[in-house]
Amino acid sequence: MKSSSRLAGVIKNHEKEILADWIKEQLASTTLRGDLLKESELREQSRAFLAAVQAAVQKGGTEDLAGPAWADVKQLLAEISRARSLAGFSPSETATFVLSLKQPLFSRMTAELKSNAAELGEELWSITLLLDKLGLFTIEAYLKSRESVIERQQTELLELSTPVVELWDDIVALPLVGTLDSNRTQIVMETLLQKIVQTGASIAIIDITGVPTVDTLVAQHLLKTVAATRLMGADCIISGIRPQIAQTIVHLGVNLGEVTTKASLADAFQVALKRTGATIGKAKAEAAGAV
Amino acid sequence: MAIRSPEDIVHMRRAVREHAVRQGFSLVDQTKVVTAASELARNIINYGGGGEMILQPLAEGVRKGLKLAFVDQGPGIPDIELALKDGYTTGGGMGLGLGGAKRLSSEFQIESRVGGGTRVTITRWK
Ligand SMILES: Nc1ncnc2c1ncn2[C@@H]1O[C@H](COP(=O)(O)OP(=O)(O)O)[C@@H](O)[C@H]1O
Ligand SMILES: [Mg+2]
Repeated sequence: MKSSSRLAGVIKNHEKEILADWIKEQLASTTLRGDLLKESELREQSRAFLAAVQAAVQKGGTEDLAGPAWADVKQLLAEISRARSLAGFSPSETATFVLSLKQPLFSRMTAELKSNAAELGEELWSITLLLDKLGLFTIEAYLKSRESVIERQQTELLELSTPVVELWDDIVALPLVGTLDSNRTQIVMETLLQKIVQTGASIAIIDITGVPTVDTLVAQHLLKTVAATRLMGADCIISGIRPQIAQTIVHLGVNLGEVTTKASLADAFQVALKRTGATIGKAKAEAAGAV
Repeated sequence: MAIRSPEDIVHMRRAVREHAVRQGFSLVDQTKVVTAASELARNIINYGGGGEMILQPLAEGVRKGLKLAFVDQGPGIPDIELALKDGYTTGGGMGLGLGGAKRLSSEFQIESRVGGGTRVTITRWK
């Protein structure tokens, strides 16, 4: 009898007992995180997984996990790994799910082939190979979802460091701090434009007090942002241009031409208030609180 | 120091600024030399296929300065005069990097050979 069809038959004929053994094994395991996973959920995951493995072995054998027969099993495992990584399981706690199936399958196979030591050895070996491969796959899937969590957190951090502040009814301000590499500038620009749409602001102030170097790349990004802001029907003021930056920009030959520039955010705010028609007296009193 | 990625430019700018401060540069002169360096390093990445920057503090009596060389083994610049023209760019930039770096520096030299790479040297005296 071919190894894979033997295993498929054993699982099919003893599904209930294997499942019960396996769940008992998992519940007893020191790596089960009862705090993070409900028992009912564990039972459901185990049942679905065992059924999927049975179907895959029957259809595609145990050798070729890259084949189409194993697609369902792998997708299920990827989902379980993802859920566990998000829930805070460690990689080994996650892989235990698959690896703890070894013992129940060994017991069943041993009972089945009591009188045929040679065949038993082969069967146990192929089960081991299979579950080890699935275990590795689980860890890979776990790490992948970890990486995407980290990536997402990094993007969030970037967004956090470029907050768009609503200074006044019609006025938003974007205080930039740090190096404007292309990646971040792209995000900054998008955040600002989104905020303009959200708030219906008519004036945006970009404050570059916290940007240490304004070279032609940064200048180009700023000019593009100003142009895009205008296309959205809003006006743009660039503030925080310190004397040394102003001189350097002139030497570079960058023409900020029609862009309104101001030395400080407070100056820019005054200009913005005038343009939106708010009264200065009232503005001054409240600006102190708003900025 | 190696110039291979945008992060390298960030590090390089910091190093140049530190040396400028150590040489007693004013805030304006610091900013000028750092900005010029930023332009030339960006060109190494955008057009030179990566390269390096070599920094040399200068002292002639009481006169202090910084000499920076930007070297790559990239394709070289076929027409240097054209490349120095304000607004000329082959890469969608502002075309002000080379000319700007020249204006921001006390001395400026450029050597380039098609197929043989590019070397731009700037000096800023305090
Ligand atoms: N290191 C280099 N290697 C090859 N070509 C270069 C190099 N530096 C500059 N160039 C060429 O000179 C042009 C002008 O450079 P620059 O004045 O810095 O403007 P930009 O970087 O905006 O294009 C570039 O577009 C490029 O064609
Ligand atoms: Mg350039």
